[in-house]
Amino acid sequence: MLHDFIVQFWPSTTDGLALGSIYALIALGYTMVYGVLRLINFAHSEIFMIGTFASLGVINLMGISTPLGGIALVGTLALLIVVSGTVSGASAVALEYIAYRPLRRKGASRLAALISAIGASLFLQQLFARILIPWWFGLPKEKGALPIQGRFVQREDLLTLGSFVIRSDKLIILVAAVVMMVVLDQFVVRTKLGRGIRATAQDPETAVLMGVNIDRIVSATFAIGGAMAGVAAALYMLRFEETNYFVGFLLGIKAFTAAVLGGIGNLRGALVGGLALGLIEMYGASIFGTQWQNVVAFVVLVLVLMFRPTGILGESLQKARA
Amino acid sequence: MTMTTIKTAWTALADPVRAWWAGLGRLPRMGVYALLIFGALLLPNDQIGSFMSPYSDWQGLLFFPIGGYILLAIGLNVVVGQAGLLDLGYVAFFAVGAYSMAVLGKIYHWDFWEIIAVGIAVTALSGVILGAPTLRLRGDYLAIVTLGFGEIVRITAQNTAAIGGPNGMNGIPHPPNLTTWAFPSAQPFSALGLSGLTPFKYAELDSRPYYYLMVLAIVLAIIFSKRLANSRVGRAWAAIREDEDAAELMGVPTFKFKLAAFAIGASIGGLAGVLYSTQTVSIIPDDFPFILSATILAAVVLGGSGNIPGVMLGAFLIAWVPERIRFLAEYRVLIFGAVLVLMMILRPEGLLPSRMRKAEFAEGTGGMGSMGGEVSTSKKTVGAGE
Repeated sequence: MLHDFIVQFWPSTTDGLALGSIYALIALGYTMVYGVLRLINFAHSEIFMIGTFASLGVINLMGISTPLGGIALVGTLALLIVVSGTVSGASAVALEYIAYRPLRRKGASRLAALISAIGASLFLQQLFARILIPWWFGLPKEKGALPIQGRFVQREDLLTLGSFVIRSDKLIILVAAVVMMVVLDQFVVRTKLGRGIRATAQDPETAVLMGVNIDRIVSATFAIGGAMAGVAAALYMLRFEETNYFVGFLLGIKAFTAAVLGGIGNLRGALVGGLALGLIEMYGASIFGTQWQNVVAFVVLVLVLMFRPTGILGESLQKARA
Repeated sequence: MTMTTIKTAWTALADPVRAWWAGLGRLPRMGVYALLIFGALLLPNDQIGSFMSPYSDWQGLLFFPIGGYILLAIGLNVVVGQAGLLDLGYVAFFAVGAYSMAVLGKIYHWDFWEIIAVGIAVTALSGVILGAPTLRLRGDYLAIVTLGFGEIVRITAQNTAAIGGPNGMNGIPHPPNLTTWAFPSAQPFSALGLSGLTPFKYAELDSRPYYYLMVLAIVLAIIFSKRLANSRVGRAWAAIREDEDAAELMGVPTFKFKLAAFAIGASIGGLAGVLYSTQTVSIIPDDFPFILSATILAAVVLGGSGNIPGVMLGAFLIAWVPERIRFLAEYRVLIFGAVLVLMMILRPEGLLPSRMRKAEFAEGTGGMGSMGGEVSTSKKTVGAGE
């Protein structure tokens, strides 16, 4: 057991960081929406799923035959990120408009909102499984994974030091995730819209009195969170090169775990929590075997919540509200 | 506009029933209960079946999912509806019950009736084990931890070879026959479609005896749950649900009562698991997915969380409607999802909410507090009448 851990330490680390980056980007959507609305946006995992299909569509349309490298790869990736981010962001805004806003208007309970979210999540999954995928791919491949046509990223080892290998695709993912995080963090800290989001998270009633248009803030929050899920989806396709209609479910739960781990409502916490969860999972898998990977993740979540209920970095987008 | 009409019609229908019920004495109420139970016993009738489920085996359907969902919903209602704790991993207790039956019955050859008692105790214990470290958490954290727990139970079952791993367990024993007595084929039994039925003989083919067992379990669970709701425990739960801090200040040991709610809810889920397992003979870990937890929760909320008739109605609809619209087989879950969203938009308090919960919803809290960032264009003032 421990021997496996030592042998696989570096591969686990790089795998964990790549996976953790994707968790972190998805976690942003959960954490921002939770910070502003105190709602677990259960359908966020489907926003991510929609993003993976947007990327799949772009890749297949481009018809890449040889793996890309260099400038061509960066350009393609940028295109994927923009398309997926836009599609996912728009879906998230539509989701909020249809499934949450009417409830918010009524002042309905969060339990009702959560059920609505679960319903929306089921609906979107099934929309892809039963209608869109058969229509798009001609066949009802509802269970199997849908791979991209051909392979579009060249996977080369950039740096090798003994068992420590940095592979190009994993590095791209980590770098892209960190860059997006920094941009978003600066956006929330410095811009007017970002200030509005923070104000709403802290005290919605006072924010309204100060002239903040809450509906706009909520839409913006969903748009940003959704766009980040779209970015995560593009990176996911780069790494795993296939998707299916239930791809979001487990990733979504893990990403929410990551958000809680880092301190829900805290943007930097999402990054820390995502990377931590990715590493813990991969180390856990190397010690106990891959079949226990998910159990390790959830046990860690329970332990963290028991001893530090506000997560690693604490709740900061909103000052912890009891 | 049409929605308002439906709403008005519903209220016009529900309110007189409510008023009539409130005015009823103790004895007539018992009579109504007896009639309802009698009606439930007649449900497996073929004529009813051909109308209710032309596409699938009605008698099997009555046992599970209909009966099973109702029992599970009553159990989850204790946790969600009465104590106001959000549990997204309720299926774990169902699984623990089912596996208790499988392991004790198949490997240790225990008697079914012993297993029921032990299975309930084991699941109650698992509720305490889950609850003790997690119940100090806030609502949403509790939700996500219970969700994680549900997954842990399922994956552990999948990875443990001793209980069959991903192939699960089969050859789970049926309950021993109490008697092989059959209804006589004379009137009135033949008219009711009961003749020849052996209500206490638990064989492979006939699911009606199991359904009767399920009805018995449901009746007991209802009595238990109702008695609890009207007791000191139930009042403590209501206090916790409405304002936990205030309850604590008033001297309610909130942690103890929350733990009790978890254990009691778990044990009802375990009972459902034992019954399910003994009837279906074989179980696999994938019988207990997250979506089942979500479905039961949806049943509770859809029906009107906190109100037992509402919860039962919700569970019945959620179990039955997808079977009834089997001609839309492919799109069932799609429609189910859309209906959940619509239902929450139009009637977030559920179909048949209890008076108390309705008032709580009018205040915008409804147990779990309202969402942040609410911009109520029409802020309701909560008067004495509401």
